[in-house]
Amino acid sequence: MPAEPWRRALGVQRAAFALLFLATSVVALAAVAVIGFVIVRGCGALSWAFLTTMPSNGMRAGGIFPAIVGTLELVGLTVVFALPMGVAAAIYLTEYAADNWLTRLVRLAIVNLSGVPSVVYGLFGLGLFVAFCRFGTSLLSGSLTLAIMILPVIITASEEALRSVPKSFREVSLSLGASRWQTIRHSVLPFAIPGIMTGTILGISRAAGETAPILFTVAAFYLPRLPHSIFDQAMALPYHLYVISTQIPNIPTAQRYGTALVLLLLVLSLNVLAVVLRAHFRQKRQW
Amino acid sequence: MRWQRGRERLIEGAIWVCGISSIAIVALIFVFLLKEGFALFRVVSVGAFLWGRHWYPISEPPQFGVLPLILGSCWVTAGAVILSVPLGIASALFISEIAKGWAKEALKTGIELLAAIPSVVLGFIGVTVLAPLIKQVFHLPTGLTALTGSITLAFMAMPTIVSITEDALTALPRGYREAALALGATRWQMMNRVLLRAAGSGIVAAVMLGIGRVIGETMAVMMVTGNAAVIPRSLLHPVRTMTATIAAEMGETVRGSDHYFALFAIGIVLFVISFAINVVADLFLHRERT
Amino acid sequence: MTKMAVQDWSVWYGAIHALKSVTLEIAPREILGVIGPANSGKTSLLRSLNRMNETNPAFRYTGTITLDGRDLYRDLESQQVRRRVGIVFALPLPLPISIYDNVIYGPRLRGERSRGRLDGLVERSLDAASLWDEVKDRLHQSAMKLSGGQQQRLCIARTLAMEPEVILFDEPCSGLDPISTAKVEETMVQLKTRYTLVLVTNNTKQAARVSDRVAFFLMGELIELGRTDLIFTAPHDHRTNDYITGRFG
Repeated sequence: MPAEPWRRALGVQRAAFALLFLATSVVALAAVAVIGFVIVRGCGALSWAFLTTMPSNGMRAGGIFPAIVGTLELVGLTVVFALPMGVAAAIYLTEYAADNWLTRLVRLAIVNLSGVPSVVYGLFGLGLFVAFCRFGTSLLSGSLTLAIMILPVIITASEEALRSVPKSFREVSLSLGASRWQTIRHSVLPFAIPGIMTGTILGISRAAGETAPILFTVAAFYLPRLPHSIFDQAMALPYHLYVISTQIPNIPTAQRYGTALVLLLLVLSLNVLAVVLRAHFRQKRQW
Repeated sequence: MRWQRGRERLIEGAIWVCGISSIAIVALIFVFLLKEGFALFRVVSVGAFLWGRHWYPISEPPQFGVLPLILGSCWVTAGAVILSVPLGIASALFISEIAKGWAKEALKTGIELLAAIPSVVLGFIGVTVLAPLIKQVFHLPTGLTALTGSITLAFMAMPTIVSITEDALTALPRGYREAALALGATRWQMMNRVLLRAAGSGIVAAVMLGIGRVIGETMAVMMVTGNAAVIPRSLLHPVRTMTATIAAEMGETVRGSDHYFALFAIGIVLFVISFAINVVADLFLHRERT
Repeated sequence: MTKMAVQDWSVWYGAIHALKSVTLEIAPREILGVIGPANSGKTSLLRSLNRMNETNPAFRYTGTITLDGRDLYRDLESQQVRRRVGIVFALPLPLPISIYDNVIYGPRLRGERSRGRLDGLVERSLDAASLWDEVKDRLHQSAMKLSGGQQQRLCIARTLAMEPEVILFDEPCSGLDPISTAKVEETMVQLKTRYTLVLVTNNTKQAARVSDRVAFFLMGELIELGRTDLIFTAPHDHRTNDYITGRFG
């Protein structure tokens, strides 16, 4: 092959690869920069007091304890609603659903649910749970809304986990006289739990960081005490961060970054946990 | 044995109900949006709503034209797409074809982490770091502009674009690469002329899902675009998106008022747009797989 | 006296006609060998005998199969059938749980809770499968740590723990080395005193070694059925002879 065009092609390649590397670096550095900014400017505010005391002086001082508690309670309740329903739906799709129009419709619905804007979920939660069901702005309304929002995440992860269990396990169980449900319960589900767990953790991480769905369904800016029941309003970290960074002047910068840092750490550590668990179980797998 | 069978039938019934629940939920969302949103159209015509150039919900009489909001969403989305699509596809190519070993794993994890950052945190950084920067660089009265929104949202779209494109590239049979190289192509020529074309529908799906993510984004865009509900004239001015409007104004609206219904009507528009984007993207993704 | 009777049994998987009007009887406490080339319907017949065919959504049938006179498909429930007619698959398929838990999987689902009875069941089943001595000290170890031959004997023990009446073997030694194969064959002959066995095998010599009667299948049809010694020395049908002598297969 003649040398000139080849050398030109190699030159083009070198330039192209440099650009690709540059592009990837921009993306990677952006991620690092965002996380870095928050860590560097926020870690100064992190202290035991910050995490465990109530806010004071109109949010300008004190801690973010109620926001942390609110987020934890909200997310916990969300999982209680979303996990059983999501796993059941995944079981339906993998073990019971026939290959027909109804199943295709179900899958289409799931794809769409995962694309609905978070603020539309907020409107839905407002219309259905707060107003129609008369739950009012409460932990109940907020967690039901969030549960519906993370349902596609849990269904997709659980479905993948169930499909990864070899078909032969089901055959063996059936051949030993088990019914279809017994087979799912004893020879499929236990081996799908790692995948379901990682999917749930990712769903929790998502629910913890979302603001729009809780804006009209549960979030309060300031509550003098912690919620007593699921019908109470609650404070939450994402909403808190939004308000103190856009609505309230004169909050010390460290306070703002500190709140952002707590939220970021919560969400990222959940994600890292999911990744680590996924790798761990893949390695430990015996089939 | 008999009551065991009865109990099992109950469990299987519950599973069936949960299985088709997603259809019910989508239908419910649509119904509730319509229920509240359509109430607006008793007072305002659909035309005046969709093409009206003025969004003054609290003036007397109120005007509910969403055109400025739709255009605001479009401008910010367009800007984000222009930034994120080339960067995203380029990164996906790099990660899938060039990066090796631990670097590849590190980059993939980095993208996953970027995707996990809550939008309110990105909005926070946008307000505290990016907006002052833009204000300085362009000598503007305020750094809260459409451009700021586009840049912030580009970071939210990039992980989606990168991971789906990367999936599409990895799914291509090795034979494509080997055949191209065996015919004397350089690796870049193979990537550019063969792989990108072959993964075409997957890439289109990735971009569409990225667009869907950006259009639907609320908090980050609300915090950095300045919230001026006017027809956008340039990227360096504040704008208002549909999502930000709902989020910002719902808190001050009386339930059952026309303003309340108008916000739900915007929700219908958003729902329909995201529905359409997702259906089309899903079609492209499945065309790719078969 | 018949244990199971197959009457005009035909099987389709969608458009594929897998078995054509098969009629045969299985006597109690015998080993019936089923031989034939690939796609002859041997496995379809086997899976018909314990309704495992029903896991294939395209499965259709005509005809009858009876167990002790009762219609397998119309008079009995599939769960009941599978408890009385057990199966051992071609590849060893232990579940990734302990040896002990593998063996009691079936009985526990049936409702057996007493630890004493379960322990006894485990010992008897593993012993009948010639595996007890090798694993009695590590019953709670994972079954995946056993060798291929041991895993297959575990699968036999697992089936025995259901206390079935008939045991089906679907090419049980295809993945095993000669020593493990010999052990499994030995186990099958011992089991004959208490169970009825049906053995599908690709290995005609194995059928000759182990079975009392042999059925030869070709392209979904039962060609010939008779005592093992007679089939292998003087078969009636020339196709049987061709297959046995290796002219095709």
